[in-house]
Amino acid sequence: MTSFTLTMKRIIFGIFIIAVMTLTAVFAPLVAPYDPLEMDLSPEGRLKPPSPEHFFGTDNLGRDVFSRMLYGARISLSVGFIAVIISVCIGILLGGLSGYYGGRVDALIMRFVEVMYCFPTFFLIMMVITFLGPSIVNVMVVIGLTSWPGLCRLVRAEFLSLRERDFVSSAKVQGIPDRRIIFRHILPNAMAPVYVSATLSVGAAILVESALSFLGLGVQIPRPSWGNILTAGKNYLDYAWWLTFFPGIAILLTVLSFNLVGEGLRELLDPRLRKRK
Amino acid sequence: MRGAERVFLCWKRSLAFLSVAFFLGIDLPGYGAAVPRDSYVAGGISDARVLIPFLADDTASSSICELIFNGLTKVDKDLRVTGDLARSWKISEDGRLITFYLRDNVRWHDGKAFTAEDVKFTYEQILDPSNGSPYIGSYSMIREVRVLDEHTVSFEYEEPYAPALLKLGMGILPQHILRGAEDIRSSDFATRPVGTGPYRFGRWKNGEYIVLEANRDYFEGVPGIKRYVYRIIPDQAVAFLELVSGGVDSVALSPYQYRYRSRTKDFVEKIEKYKYPSHSYVYIGYNLKDPLFSDKRVRRALSYAVDTRKIIDSVLLGLGSPSTGPFLKGSPFYDESVEGYPYDPGRAEALLKEAGWEDTDGDGILDRDGVPLSFTVATNQGSRVREDTATIVQSQWAEIGVDAKIRVVAWSAFLDQFVNKKNFQAVILGWTTPIDPDIYSVWHSDSSREGGLNFVSYSNGRVDALIEEGRREFDTRKRREIYHELHGLISRDAPYTFLFVPYSTPAVNRRFKGIEPSPAGIGYNFIEWYVPEEEVKYKF
Amino acid sequence: MKYYIIKRLLLTIPMLIGISIIMFVVMHLAPGDPTSMRYGLNPEVSQGARANFNRMYGLDEPLHVQYGMWIKRLLTLDFGRSLIDDRPVIDKVASRLPATVLLQAVSILLIISIAIPLGAAGGLKRGSFFDKVTTVFVFVGYAMPTFWLALILIFIFGFKLGWLPVSGMTPWYADYLPFSAKAGDLAWHLVLPVVTTAFGGLAALSRYSRSSMIEVLREPYILTARAKGLSENRVVFVHALKNALLPIVTILGLTLPALISGSFIFETIFAWPGMGRLGYEAIMNYDYPVIMGVGVMATLLTLLGIFISDVLYAVVDPRIRLGGE
Repeated sequence: MTSFTLTMKRIIFGIFIIAVMTLTAVFAPLVAPYDPLEMDLSPEGRLKPPSPEHFFGTDNLGRDVFSRMLYGARISLSVGFIAVIISVCIGILLGGLSGYYGGRVDALIMRFVEVMYCFPTFFLIMMVITFLGPSIVNVMVVIGLTSWPGLCRLVRAEFLSLRERDFVSSAKVQGIPDRRIIFRHILPNAMAPVYVSATLSVGAAILVESALSFLGLGVQIPRPSWGNILTAGKNYLDYAWWLTFFPGIAILLTVLSFNLVGEGLRELLDPRLRKRK
Repeated sequence: MRGAERVFLCWKRSLAFLSVAFFLGIDLPGYGAAVPRDSYVAGGISDARVLIPFLADDTASSSICELIFNGLTKVDKDLRVTGDLARSWKISEDGRLITFYLRDNVRWHDGKAFTAEDVKFTYEQILDPSNGSPYIGSYSMIREVRVLDEHTVSFEYEEPYAPALLKLGMGILPQHILRGAEDIRSSDFATRPVGTGPYRFGRWKNGEYIVLEANRDYFEGVPGIKRYVYRIIPDQAVAFLELVSGGVDSVALSPYQYRYRSRTKDFVEKIEKYKYPSHSYVYIGYNLKDPLFSDKRVRRALSYAVDTRKIIDSVLLGLGSPSTGPFLKGSPFYDESVEGYPYDPGRAEALLKEAGWEDTDGDGILDRDGVPLSFTVATNQGSRVREDTATIVQSQWAEIGVDAKIRVVAWSAFLDQFVNKKNFQAVILGWTTPIDPDIYSVWHSDSSREGGLNFVSYSNGRVDALIEEGRREFDTRKRREIYHELHGLISRDAPYTFLFVPYSTPAVNRRFKGIEPSPAGIGYNFIEWYVPEEEVKYKF
Repeated sequence: MKYYIIKRLLLTIPMLIGISIIMFVVMHLAPGDPTSMRYGLNPEVSQGARANFNRMYGLDEPLHVQYGMWIKRLLTLDFGRSLIDDRPVIDKVASRLPATVLLQAVSILLIISIAIPLGAAGGLKRGSFFDKVTTVFVFVGYAMPTFWLALILIFIFGFKLGWLPVSGMTPWYADYLPFSAKAGDLAWHLVLPVVTTAFGGLAALSRYSRSSMIEVLREPYILTARAKGLSENRVVFVHALKNALLPIVTILGLTLPALISGSFIFETIFAWPGMGRLGYEAIMNYDYPVIMGVGVMATLLTLLGIFISDVLYAVVDPRIRLGGE
């Protein structure tokens, strides 16, 4: 079917971009032509436009933007991944408990989820980063701690339907402990929406980091992240377009890829869409 | 964080902002012609907070207060104290009594006459703790304010206090409006003030703009510009675009904008840029309680190893000048003959060697008794200049084998956990340099208690004595000698590496004429600015 | 319905308490305080003055006492006074609220009027060229760092071409303009912020309406309608679209938090005098009462959004009886 091949194409495109970005991030020290922190403070060394020598030009302190982008990929991607890992862990745990036990536990957790839902999360993130200080760890943790409610709801819904299934009741009859049932029996069957949601969240987390950087609350210089390279370049929008263009495109492409993959997965995994193919 | 910059790069600059040199002989068109024209739109990053001079603690509020209110004294374009509401003053023999003779032609914006009662009332309010003035400490030595007659008022001090003349430049409030007001802080007056200054309050749209209208009855003459508008544009990049496209007439440029963005035809045709030393300096401070820095030779070596010129050129793009001491550059108290520590890595290495620091294990880092010369430099987050400076200093120290790590911490946490608790090794920070040279609060050993501003714990008996002498001495020539000696002493002890004084770099639309940059900046003669008839932009 | 509304309103109370506790704890557990933020390392401000300031605002009390005082005042709808300028928080928030609501409302309208047709049409012609293009378009919108887009738009349309204002909401000389010019001017200033906000917000809604359309088209009643020989237009617009739109109403309420989150950045870039900027500035200044005020207000707005979409859902779908369960 055409829509199926289209979906696959998108997923492959997304995975390809993500793979490229991840590889450059992992092998940044090998690929980068320069030290990302090394400055060239001579007037000629600063704000050099892209050239064979500096693919993406140099910034205001004469640092090679290409190398900074490579190292920035490390930080931006790890913010994305780690934040999502944190959020997935919390989401699965609370969603699983809530869906499995139901009753009071469920009510309590769902009230909490509602609170988190109604609170403009970005405001909370700004608060926490401001008050606890901006650092890469804080940024990761805070994004992770604030982005789990959606996932929690998904997991809960899956658990609600799965816990009525035969294999669960038979496991219960056999006296297998709850913990084991939750993690070994139900969870593997409930992972489909988690994959989708997690993939989408990585992109979202990268965007949040860049937004925080814009407000001066992201990963701190001189450590490069795509967000803070982009922010540092905003003062040279016309004078040195390459300072904003490359990080902007990198963020855009990466987030786009995660979304294509996530949406694609959703289409592939969604039983309602799948069954009729 | 912007708050951080604001906190120490601003406050008393405001005093210098509006002071008027009134040359009767020169006939300026517009000024004195009784027809103020056009509007001047200044762009700033944050809104004003409170328009009461003794409560204003941010740049926006103080610069607007300067236009609405007058103090007893002010500083002129060369940073000398001169009369404002006071025509003249007399200091008693023992230096404890200052008598001010007030102008008798001053009226409040509502038409009532200004008198000595207003002065007494204002200082009573400042000294009342329930009003919460942050500057209350500057006036704590006042024993009594006495009204001698309608236009004469005297201040009696506990002991002679030379900075008093400048401190008494605080804007005076109308007692006929505020007497009996329950709480000045939250009264209507704080958002709709009435003063004696060249501009009267117009309207304030929260978060957007403040409009002031020219006071045609101003005692020094009619201002040349009809309206002063303060527009709030939080993002600096956007503010610049507004400047060039005409949405605002003036903004403070960043060094990059000054150097690189001001070459376009649009800019050159429409906008004039200015530069002059700001009243602040940036330094590296060493915690003298830390064994690494207790040896003067180490501090001197570190100072020699820093190439200030290069930092200025790269961080400020040349828009700054090296500094060697804590006084206001360009004022008589700053001793130009102090050499400081010109870049000399050879000398730095020699000094370190003399102090016992050598690279014995060949790891590229100096060591002594097995301890490497390695420490952390902390600075506050949000100041690009300081962060970039830290990065460069780090690489310059690395060249002589000193290993410095940079730690950038959010302002409030930085103060709380590092500075106030003296829990740091070295910091990169900045001070504003008040016009009065009294440096008691930063350099006297008495100020090194926890929470005090002498957080590097500097202590030198001779320095203490000179500081005490300096603040009791009213004679400028004698004070000059005292502070020159202090300058040399502090430089030799090297508790700080004095780095540089950044320039202020404002840009103003070219249709405004009459701007004369001076050590006090450009704003001091704002009421003399004017726009030629044919260039007027806002005709209403 | 009445029962539902009352229940909803009652539910906001524990929610507000929960949120205010979270905020209170975050603010006060952190190192640093408003006075050091404001007066730290200021040679002009003595330690005594700082202590005095803390005393005036009750900042020297223990945490639970401060929270208790806050709640107690809140019962009389008193949000306290700003630590920065001493104005009542409620006034500050109220003066900034209209600008935010205006911007958000116009953006949401724009999002609805673009995203739903785009998504529905894409779903209808699934896999077509149009579908592919719009899909890429909305994805790019979502993936673009919004402040970058905002700066680019300001730069091109405000600065280079000069077609639109660079920033601000009402010019300072608005008072000297006649009313009609004022309204036009406001619309003019709205263009860039609205376009930026909307572009980023298209994705969710249009994807949702696309898949909802796809799903509906597979429903038996559509097949029946087609089998009955109804015109394709009638099938699509009367039967499919109406049913596809139902679930979309619910997602509207959920886009609101995202939009409010965006406002913290947009309002700063566009010098828009709204609540987002107020909140950001309050955080930067450690202005506790204003932070709390903005947080509570933003939550209420979100709740209101959810509430409205719930009610709308009930209105458009007669099968649903609110509070019937």
